[in-house]
Amino acid sequence: MKIEYVRTTCPYCGCGCEMLLETVDGRITQTLPSKTNPMNQGKLCIKGWNVHEFVQSPQRLTMPLLKKDGVLQEVSWDEALNFTASRLQEIKAKHGGDSMAFLSSAKCSNEENYLFQKFCRVGFGTNNVDHCARL
Amino acid sequence: MTNSIPEIEDADCIFIIGSNTSVAHPLIASRIYKAKAKGAKVIVADPRRIHVTSVADIHVRQKLGSDVALINGIMNVILSKGLHDKAFIEERTEGFEKLEQTLKNYPPEKASEITGVSTEDIEKIAIAFASSDKSTILYAMGITQHSHGVDNVKSLANLSMLTGKIGKPSCGVNPLRGQNNVQGACDMGGLPNVYPAYQVVTDENNRKKFEQLWNTQLSSKVGFTIMEMMHGLEDGSIKGMVILGENPAGSDPDVKHVKHALEEAEFLAVIDIFLTDTAKIADVVFPGASFAEKDGTFSNTERNVLRIRKAVNPPGEARPDWQIICDISTRFGLPMTYESPEKIFEEIALVTPSYAGLSYARLENGPIPWPCPSKDHPGTPILHKDRFTRGRGLFHALEYRPPEELADEEFPILLTTGRFFPHYHTGTMTHNSITLENEMSEGYIEIHPYDAKDVGLTSGENCKIVSRRGEVITKAVVTDIVEPGTIFMSFHFMEANANVLTNPALDPICKIPEYKVCAVRVEKLEETNTPEIKAAANA
Ligand code: SF4
Repeated sequence: MKIEYVRTTCPYCGCGCEMLLETVDGRITQTLPSKTNPMNQGKLCIKGWNVHEFVQSPQRLTMPLLKKDGVLQEVSWDEALNFTASRLQEIKAKHGGDSMAFLSSAKCSNEENYLFQKFCRVGFGTNNVDHCARL
Repeated sequence: MTNSIPEIEDADCIFIIGSNTSVAHPLIASRIYKAKAKGAKVIVADPRRIHVTSVADIHVRQKLGSDVALINGIMNVILSKGLHDKAFIEERTEGFEKLEQTLKNYPPEKASEITGVSTEDIEKIAIAFASSDKSTILYAMGITQHSHGVDNVKSLANLSMLTGKIGKPSCGVNPLRGQNNVQGACDMGGLPNVYPAYQVVTDENNRKKFEQLWNTQLSSKVGFTIMEMMHGLEDGSIKGMVILGENPAGSDPDVKHVKHALEEAEFLAVIDIFLTDTAKIADVVFPGASFAEKDGTFSNTERNVLRIRKAVNPPGEARPDWQIICDISTRFGLPMTYESPEKIFEEIALVTPSYAGLSYARLENGPIPWPCPSKDHPGTPILHKDRFTRGRGLFHALEYRPPEELADEEFPILLTTGRFFPHYHTGTMTHNSITLENEMSEGYIEIHPYDAKDVGLTSGENCKIVSRRGEVITKAVVTDIVEPGTIFMSFHFMEANANVLTNPALDPICKIPEYKVCAVRVEKLEETNTPEIKAAANA
C-alpha cells in the first residue's frame, strides 16, 4: 500500500485555499487543509473538505465523444482530433478566422488559459476569446 | 483585490457590499469574524439578510440596483462633515472638483429616497468608514452583475480614494472573485481586448511585440465578448466555437436563448470533465482532467499565484486540458510542443510583465502575489502604495441610473440571484459530490411572508416564476431573509435555473449581464408539500 500527500489548491472559489490530497494506491481517500498556508491557516469550507468527491465521480467523461446521427458516441482520440482539426480548417478557409469564437475557462489553469488564447489569436488571427468573469 | 486576505483581520472598519461572503467566500468570512472579535466595525449593505449580517454593526437593505445612489449619499455626508482625506486627494488623485459637484445632487434625503435606506444609516456608515483608521471595502457579483456594474465599481473606488483608504495595509477596494481562477483567466488574456497582462490589442506596440514573440500576424480588432458571440451565432457571423471548461448553457442570462444560439453553430467543440448541458449540444466533446490530475497554477482573488499538483491519473482516456489544446492545435496545423505545464509557464513569464519574476521553482516555497516583475522581487500584496497604475487616481463623477427592468403591473416582483452554501455556479462539480448534494439536492426561491400571502403560498409548496424571457417551477421558502417585493433564487439547479428568467441587458462598458435584477411574477401551483424544504428554511 502506498500513501501519498500531494499539496495543491482548491478549485472552487477565489480564496485559493491550499490543501493536501491523500492518495492510497492512486485513489484519493481524503482532503486535508494546509496548515502552513497563511491564507487558510489549516481551515477549509464544506466544499473544500469534500473536493475529492467530484474528482472521482462515476459521471466523469473518460472517452472523446463525437456526434453521429444526432447522438454523441464514444470514439478514439484520433478520430475526435482529426474531425475537429478538419472542421476548424474548413471554417477558417471558408469564412475567415473572425467567424470562430473561443470561450476560455475560469476553472482551468493559467497555463491552459494562456495556450487557449494563443491558439485563438495565432491559429485564427482573431481576438474572439472571452471567458465567464462577467458571469 | 488591492490587498491580501489576511489583512482583513486587522481592519478597523469593513464595508461589505454585494457579497454574500459566508456562502461564496467562507475563508474570507472567517477573517471578517476575527476582525469583529478584535473590535472592527462591520457594515453590510445587501438587500438580503445574509448570514454575515449577524455580525454587522450596521446592516442596510438598499433597493436592488441603487448602489451608486447609496455610495454617493455616503460620500456626500463625508464631504459635508469634512471627513475626507484632503492631503491624499491633493497628492494622489485628480477629478475631485467634478465629483464634488455631482455629489451635491445626493444629500442623504435624496439618497434615502432612491435607496430606501434611512438618512441616519447613511450618516452612520459615512462616519464609521471615514473616521476609522483602516477601512476596507469588500464586494462581489452583487456589485458587478448589473447593467451599471462598472459605475458601481468606480463609485467604490471613489469612496476609497476620497477617504484615503487605499495603498495601505488592511484598506483597499477588494473584489472577491467567484471562481477560483477568474483572476488568472483575465491575467492570461482570456479577454477579447487584451493580451496577457492586460496589454491592449489595439496598441500597435503591444501587437508588434506579440507578433514577434509568437512569430505570427495578429488582428488589431477587438474581439467579441461572450454575449456578442451568442448573437453572432444567431446572425451567422460566428460559425464555430470551442469552449474550454465552461457551461454557458447553464450560466448565461436567458439560457433558452443561449442554448438556441449554441445549436445554431456549424461546429461546436467542448472540453470538459462532465457532460454538461453545453457539452450535450456539442459536435465533439473532449474529456479533460480535473485540478487533481494535472500540474499548473491558479491565481486567486488576492493575486496570489498558487501551484496545483498532480495527485492521481485522469479517469479512462481523459487527458489534461493543456495537452488537449496542444493536440488540437498541432493537428490543425499550428504545432504546439510543450513538454509540461512548467514549460508553458516559462513562456508566460516571458510575455507577461507582472509574472516575469515567477517560476515553478520559486512557487515551491508557497504562493507569490503579482506584480512580480523580476526574479528577486518578493511580489506585491498591496497595490497602489505610492502611486496608481495610471499615475494619479481618477475620480469618476457618476449619476445613479435605475436598473433596466423595473417591477410593473404584469411583473410586480424583482428577482435577484446568487449562491447557496453547498453549491457552486451551475453545479457541474457540486452535484457530483455526494456530501454537497446531500446538503441540498433541490433549489428553491426565497419569498417574503407578505408576498407569499398575496399569492397564497406557504413554505414547501411549488410555485411558478415567470419573467419576460421564460418560466420555471420550483419550491418556495417563505422567509424574511428577503424584503417584500423581492425574491431570491440560484442558478445551481439546471431543472429550475434562475437564468431562464434573468435579463441579458448588458453594462455598456464591460458587457456584464444584469443577473442581479429582473422583474418577475410568482404564481401558486397546486402540488406536494416537502418537509425537507421547510427544514432548510429554518436552518
Ligand atoms: S475550501 Fe472553500 S473557501 Fe477555500 S478555496 Fe475552497 S471553496 Fe473557497
